[in-house]
Amino acid sequence: MSPVRKSAKSPHAAHRAARRVKGPAVAEAHLPSEAEMRRLAERVLRLSQEADETEVEILAGADALTRFANNVIHQNVAERTIAVSVRTVFDGRTARATTNKTDEDGLRRVIAASGELARSQPKDPDLLPMPRAQKYSKVDRYFDDTASATPAYRAKAVADVCALTAKNRQTAAGIFATGASAMLLANSAGLRAAYRQTHAEFSITILEPDSSGWGKAGDPDLRHVNPLELAAEASGKAEHSRRPREVEPGRWTVILEPAAVLDLVGFLFYDFAGTAVLDQRSCFNNRMGKKVMGENITLHDDVTHPLQSGPAFDGEGFPRQKVLLVDRGVPRNLVYSRATAKKMKARPTGHGFPLPNQDGEAPVNLVFAGGKTSVEEMVASTGRGILVTRLWYIREVDPYEKVLTGMTRDGTFLVEGGRVVAGLRNFRFNQGLLEMLSNVEQLGPAVRAAGEESFEMVVPSMKVNGFHFTEVTKF
Amino acid sequence: MMEQWADWALNTAESRGATFADARVMDVRLRDLSTKQGRVGTLAESESLGIGVRVIANGSWGFSATDRMTREGIAACAAHAVAVARASALAKRGDVVMAPEAAYRDTWQNPFVKDPFQIPLDRQIELLLAADFEMSRVPGVTLSETSMQFRRIEQWYASTIGSRIHQIKMQSGAGIVAMSFAGNEIQKRSYPASFGGQHQLAGYELVESFDLVGNAQRIAEESVALHKAAQCPEGERTIILESSQLGLQIHESVGHPIELDRVLGMEANFAGMSFLTTEKLGKLRYASDIVNVVADARLEHGPGLGTFGYDDEGVPAQCTDIIKDGLFTGYLSNRETAPVIGLDRSGGTMRAESWNRLPIIRMTNISLLPGAWRYDDLIADTDDAILMETNRSWSIDDRRYHFQFSTEIGWEIKGGKKTRMLKHPSYSGITTEFWNSCDAICSRDYWTLWGTPNCGKGQPQQVMGTGHGAAPSRFRNIRVGMAFAKG
Repeated sequence: MSPVRKSAKSPHAAHRAARRVKGPAVAEAHLPSEAEMRRLAERVLRLSQEADETEVEILAGADALTRFANNVIHQNVAERTIAVSVRTVFDGRTARATTNKTDEDGLRRVIAASGELARSQPKDPDLLPMPRAQKYSKVDRYFDDTASATPAYRAKAVADVCALTAKNRQTAAGIFATGASAMLLANSAGLRAAYRQTHAEFSITILEPDSSGWGKAGDPDLRHVNPLELAAEASGKAEHSRRPREVEPGRWTVILEPAAVLDLVGFLFYDFAGTAVLDQRSCFNNRMGKKVMGENITLHDDVTHPLQSGPAFDGEGFPRQKVLLVDRGVPRNLVYSRATAKKMKARPTGHGFPLPNQDGEAPVNLVFAGGKTSVEEMVASTGRGILVTRLWYIREVDPYEKVLTGMTRDGTFLVEGGRVVAGLRNFRFNQGLLEMLSNVEQLGPAVRAAGEESFEMVVPSMKVNGFHFTEVTKF
Repeated sequence: MMEQWADWALNTAESRGATFADARVMDVRLRDLSTKQGRVGTLAESESLGIGVRVIANGSWGFSATDRMTREGIAACAAHAVAVARASALAKRGDVVMAPEAAYRDTWQNPFVKDPFQIPLDRQIELLLAADFEMSRVPGVTLSETSMQFRRIEQWYASTIGSRIHQIKMQSGAGIVAMSFAGNEIQKRSYPASFGGQHQLAGYELVESFDLVGNAQRIAEESVALHKAAQCPEGERTIILESSQLGLQIHESVGHPIELDRVLGMEANFAGMSFLTTEKLGKLRYASDIVNVVADARLEHGPGLGTFGYDDEGVPAQCTDIIKDGLFTGYLSNRETAPVIGLDRSGGTMRAESWNRLPIIRMTNISLLPGAWRYDDLIADTDDAILMETNRSWSIDDRRYHFQFSTEIGWEIKGGKKTRMLKHPSYSGITTEFWNSCDAICSRDYWTLWGTPNCGKGQPQQVMGTGHGAAPSRFRNIRVGMAFAKG
């Protein structure tokens, strides 16, 4: 079996069979309806009569997660949550208070707490009136089958995976999570914005005595998460990286699978915030409009992209716009909340965080343009290089040159003569991100990738020249 | 009311067939304040009340949590926990076995002088704005930020073995940051520590003790001066770590590897595993002879973020020797993992972020015990070294062998004297080689119990506060400068 991860994700027969396992569903049973959330929001707005303006955000979640290790389930959890978050404005001052106590007393207290916080501070000259009713792009990311997944369904899927792993004399650890969330944003200026979404996530690490492999997928639709397929990929990686060799660190040609790309480029997202540039903490300070990446790098923020997730409005309820952030290597645009846009004489793009905050905004639906080269083709075109499955514990060393450090993990392979020839001991890297994105030789098709350092984005695999590994660890 | 809620949960769990159950009611209150560039940034409070029910049924674990605090809501939650446990049993090898533990009826609260939630908000904001002003008026400072955070946690723990434990924890913290952008560099200085400052189980008196305003100008000037400082060299050098950086070094290269759930593979998919496999217990020379590390959750160790009366499965706070005279002697354990390595009792390290999370093994206060050196004597005794202060980045592999840290500022030590400033200091190494190179630890006069409020672990991920006592210490033959090596 090839250690190369395949991007195809298709519904699987075992998945369909497992869905028939009966038991109590967490999300279906506990997520409040939109009508219930609207009633709660209207109650808060009615109770908040003293404030000049009031905004209420209701967040509800019903989540469950089955966790396994050593080929058995060792944790299995479920939760149901609701939060009512109230922002009031008194004479140009605003503050937020949040509670999960939704009875009359709880609501009155949270409104009063918000008011007390607001009144205790100086006036904010940048505070804008709350936005009125808005129109939003339609995004449909709620799937009944995902919401109705039961503990028994997840346990059955995990049992199947563990049986496969035990048969291969390997050890599996991972999670299978399903759930749903709902939010409703309303303000006293008449804005009403509602959104609900389901989510499913499976990730697995397969262990052998001296090697490991990994796979992960997350999607609003459970049908796009295939535990057995991910387990088979991870199993192959563990098998093919047995008896890892040690090679010298230095500048290497690397083939980064989508999860590795995601966890690196995820560190860029806040640099595109107007506030980050205003605060002179962005790596794009003095670099907007200049070519700082390769011609083959184009990046949008696009909440409506079919592989993306999340609501089509921001923390104030302003509609999210599609924004071209990088055009063929040149950073062209930033994203703006309403207040930042006013300060920077730009148009708001609908990327603001809930107010009050000091970070402003950020793009959260990043979509990199992909190419046509598969990972297999990248390997085949490489004389000597390293194939990387995933990265771990990435931290920023230099915020302006965007130097990141971290480790390779769970499937690092030596490529020679166009073939994967051996597993390798893991490396530490210290790599400038802008430099890396200037050295991309080949791009794979963009996919919805899942990692551990960044939220999910749409990114391609990349073949990169001169990637800087600085040291090697013991395994 | 908390007691009644917990009892409802236990009654339902037992009636549904659970052979063990515990319930944790938590009421958490949080206040967050921050400023940026002389203006209030975040101003928020939140409260969260709920119950988490953990059960064993059919020999397997189940957990469910709810904030629907009615009899019906809590009963549904407990019944769901039992259903989840029965599902877990579909993929089990054997029944869960736990180390025995006594039942306790007790109340515990950490001492504090000033309740931060009773201090007027405008006074807290005024302090932050004053520190912010002192930083922002230094020429060259391009960004100034300050923050305070307070947390009050009240919890009621009850279990079917008869424990009934009430605890209240008050936590306070604050910090300030100055940044300077010039040329192609963003330099940064933080006080009293980076990434949110210093946090302890204490009241507002902790924040007042920092003298944020008095230290603001100094760190602002250092952030600007760093632009003109020499680059930290590459190569093998002696280093001296000040105590907050050493606290994080302890966290990453001692605290995490000794978590027994990690050692036994339970965290393999996310947080990773550990090089400290069980045959190394009592045999591995983890560190040089002068190094002693404990895991101490007791109040007498200090008001750390890992201090409590009882852990979240009802086990009293304890002190465990982790490294004794350089020898590896102990793990962090819970009731389930302790018997696996032959311990007759849990080390008492189970904690959950909130009511909606399952308790897992977490660091308590993992502290390097003080040595004998006076700080000035240590500097005077050092011929050629780099002194590194205040963490800027941290990273370690998933088995906790290879690490790399960088700090905000460094100083060259030459001929027993602190000389010029260095920018971009960094060091890297292998955990046991690093700790075996320690040849001097400062005394208790220089020892601080640092708080790390942002330790992530588990799936779903939980953020937890941990404590790390440390004093400035010296390490020989350490690789420095690799983070900025050009290659």
